[in-house]
Amino acid sequence: MLDTATPLPGAVKSWHTYVDAPHWLAQCRNVRDGGGRLVALWGSDERKHDAGFAVHCALATRDDLLWLTLPLAAQPPCYPDLSGIFPAAARMQRALFDLLGVQAADAVDQRKWLRHAAWPEDQFPLRKDFTPSIPTQAAGDDYQFVRVSGDGVHEIPVGPVHAGTIEPGHFRFSVVGERVLRLEERLGYTHKGIEKRFEALSLTQGAKLAGRISGDSTVAYAWAYAMAVESVTGCVVPPRALWLRALFLERERIANHLGDLGYLGNDAALSFGFAQFWILKEQMLHMNHTLFGHRYLMDCVLPGGVAADVNTVERGAQLSRELDALEQTVNTLHAIYDQHAGVQDRFLTTGNVTAVLAAQLGLAGLAGRASAQAWDLRVQLPCAPYHELDVRMATHANGDVAARVSVRFEEIIESLRLIRQILTLIPEGPVCGELPSAAARALGVGWIEAWRGEVLVALHTDDSGGIARLHAHDPSWQNWPLLEHAVMGNIVPDFPLINKSFNLSYSGHDL
Amino acid sequence: MFKIINLIVKSGILSDTAPLADETLRVTTQQIQAQILASFGRALVIRHVDAGSCNGCELEIHALNNAYYNIEGLGIKFAASPRHADLLLVTGPVSKHMEVALKRTYDATPEPKWVVAVGDCGCDGGIFGESYASCGKVANVIPVDVAVPGCPPTPTALLRGILTAITSPQAATVVTPS
Repeated sequence: MLDTATPLPGAVKSWHTYVDAPHWLAQCRNVRDGGGRLVALWGSDERKHDAGFAVHCALATRDDLLWLTLPLAAQPPCYPDLSGIFPAAARMQRALFDLLGVQAADAVDQRKWLRHAAWPEDQFPLRKDFTPSIPTQAAGDDYQFVRVSGDGVHEIPVGPVHAGTIEPGHFRFSVVGERVLRLEERLGYTHKGIEKRFEALSLTQGAKLAGRISGDSTVAYAWAYAMAVESVTGCVVPPRALWLRALFLERERIANHLGDLGYLGNDAALSFGFAQFWILKEQMLHMNHTLFGHRYLMDCVLPGGVAADVNTVERGAQLSRELDALEQTVNTLHAIYDQHAGVQDRFLTTGNVTAVLAAQLGLAGLAGRASAQAWDLRVQLPCAPYHELDVRMATHANGDVAARVSVRFEEIIESLRLIRQILTLIPEGPVCGELPSAAARALGVGWIEAWRGEVLVALHTDDSGGIARLHAHDPSWQNWPLLEHAVMGNIVPDFPLINKSFNLSYSGHDL
Repeated sequence: MFKIINLIVKSGILSDTAPLADETLRVTTQQIQAQILASFGRALVIRHVDAGSCNGCELEIHALNNAYYNIEGLGIKFAASPRHADLLLVTGPVSKHMEVALKRTYDATPEPKWVVAVGDCGCDGGIFGESYASCGKVANVIPVDVAVPGCPPTPTALLRGILTAITSPQAATVVTPS
């Protein structure tokens, strides 16, 4: 099978191949049986090229990334359901139908997923001939939730406007007393047409949008996007720029973990934790602004290189002092969290995802690592400069809130070590290279271990080297279904704590 | 417990020695407190609504609660329900799927009320613009009093935006406490 696969140029060790329907399933089974995972699934409109549609999936094996393309007829565009092999495919397939009108013919759950009422069910925004209908007042969203019935069962609907300062989504709890029997999520509220928007932008303009797919992972998405663009253009990125990207990515990881650890303390009634961690986070954001010009490092990573540098000895020294102070306080806070009986009582055994379930459903990223899923791109498939950094993966076997907290603490300390390494080893040189024009009808991919998990950007260019199709994938796709499992059997007041321990993206998922 | 107290003491009171806005922030602080008292005679209550943002603006709204910006110390707090709110802090662009929820939240907020649109997207639709899935700026969906640009706007810019809203002519007409 793989004899027909062609390597894709660029930083990600990846292969692309066309398959027919039987091999679509066979290849996915092979990857699963070899311990691999489904990373992303998307589709494209190929009618302009005298073909119908195509469905694509990206699979992670132990050695590389495999991109399968299954060409589909224009009428009817159907493909074999993957959710029997990879349960994580179920929602991706539903979203694919909503956006492109290609269907996993034999899938059990055919309900809409990303579409509410903004466009009719017989129109598909990602088709090239889609024209938005005259805006109408969106009617109600007649979504069919799964009903739980029985003595004393009642429903608690939550959202889309939540009680806290978080993104919008709807949670339908079925509870008996205080205990959650079932949680069903309804997402798609922040769908704002990101993938369609990319098709109207040039490769250079797209970088800004990529950095706003999910604001808390702006460096990761900008880097993954840059990788994909550099793949289709054959751009050679100066080494120093790659090291700076890693510096930015690790700072993003630390800042997000700090914020979440603060909220986790707060949700367990230790407001001291919130106050302390958010002092640390603010100091870090302030330093980002001082050194790199943006608190969250937005637009610091561009196709071809980076837009900011640690270009003086004084700046390097400032960073070193910051890292030392941060490490000391984080270690103190780690000991406090570990020894605080009230906090541990809330964290331990709460929101448990077993390793078996995590493996079956494909739990990704830091939540996966906290449930014994030892995947970290920086370790297994390191792109430059990670291949020189010897990243140590943090894992835990318990899969509860305490385990996710533990992984976050360890990852902060590891990221601090990595940043010190980067500051020591970073080569001199330019930080941005020339961006040649892109090849026509080429495929490119970017794949980055963001703080939440791996983000993937798949790029298809058109006849003139512009963006024909861009798919961005957030690890939240894999992890949202696991949150439903994690909550089962817990009490309603523990939901915010469990939710925050995952802290999944809405915008990155809804696109 | 000793460690906790030790770290609290070591951390000190950062709000007073904030290195970020320093004296300008202190002035803003006093302005805001005086204005809130003049307008409401009590705390200003905000309901945040994410109407489709990328979550970038939310990060800065969270930061308003940290020790440096200490928004609660100014007499401003966030409420869980629009029914308890004086001001809606809305991030955008407003997705079509959030249009109804945003309108309902606005309707559920008692008069008098203010709306502060947050971020470049809240101000003019930003990079997402208007499309089949996006209504664009917040003002396309509900009336907006003040729009704070930035991607995302800094916490200080957000504070200024809130201050601007409550010092608007409309605010002056609703002074209720005697």
